[in-house]
Amino acid sequence: MNIAFYISAVIAIASTIMVITRTNAVHALLYLIVSLLAVAVVFFTLGAPFIAALEVIVYAGAIMVLFIFVVMMLNLGEKSEESERKLLSGKIWIGPGILSLILLMEFIYLLANGVPERLQENVIPPSEVSITLFTKYVLGVELAAMLLMAGVIGAYHIGRKRKKVIHRFIAEEEKLKEKEEVNEYTR
Amino acid sequence: MNIPAETALLLSGILFFIGLIGLLVRRNIIFMLMSIEIMLNAAGLAFIVSGSKWIQPDGQVMFLFILAVAAAEVSVGLALIIRVFNRFKTLDADELSSLKG
Repeated sequence: MNIAFYISAVIAIASTIMVITRTNAVHALLYLIVSLLAVAVVFFTLGAPFIAALEVIVYAGAIMVLFIFVVMMLNLGEKSEESERKLLSGKIWIGPGILSLILLMEFIYLLANGVPERLQENVIPPSEVSITLFTKYVLGVELAAMLLMAGVIGAYHIGRKRKKVIHRFIAEEEKLKEKEEVNEYTR
Repeated sequence: MNIPAETALLLSGILFFIGLIGLLVRRNIIFMLMSIEIMLNAAGLAFIVSGSKWIQPDGQVMFLFILAVAAAEVSVGLALIIRVFNRFKTLDADELSSLKG
């Protein structure tokens, strides 16, 4: 189990680095799926089998498929890849990289100064998780349901195609205006 | 098993840091959304580690909530991306500068 944790941790870090350096969106998404699967293995070794299954089903299964469908709909070509490549070359990494590295160093320092503690081999079964979820955190479940409903309605409202005509009179006025403009232009 | 808790927390920190760099460096909106996903996942990993450290199911419950938030955020974000692409014909965040003073 110990070796599985370290191997999957290395795979997760490597594939996540690949995600943020790719220029092609589909390649980045496939690397992100690999990274999520590796994190799922980490969850399994940490004694959370239910969450590991959910990570595979919901994150790698549903959310990434949504991403891939949107990338397919947008149909980004060579042109965007070229501009990405131009943007990513060289100096753009320096500023954010240094600032984030300082933050990471602080984090490592804080971790190193803490009391070292080893995780015990304890698998928390799904039954225990769901009992806690539906007794202690039942209000959170309701709020999550409302959030998801708002997400669905918001996504539909933002993503739907609006008709250009607001009202037939306004449309006629616009047509008249266009005609006048054309007339002025030809005059 | 005997994995040190610090190592697992360090993994979540590194993943969060990679996501942060990606968010700051990339100018393509779809890559920025992917970096946000990475960061949310890393935060969830920290919750799982702490739940495993204190042998309580609460950490896993928190991950479930993070999962719900991520799903809602992705659905709205992708709808916004489609709108932006239909209107501006580009995904470059620098092009969307009509709020610039």
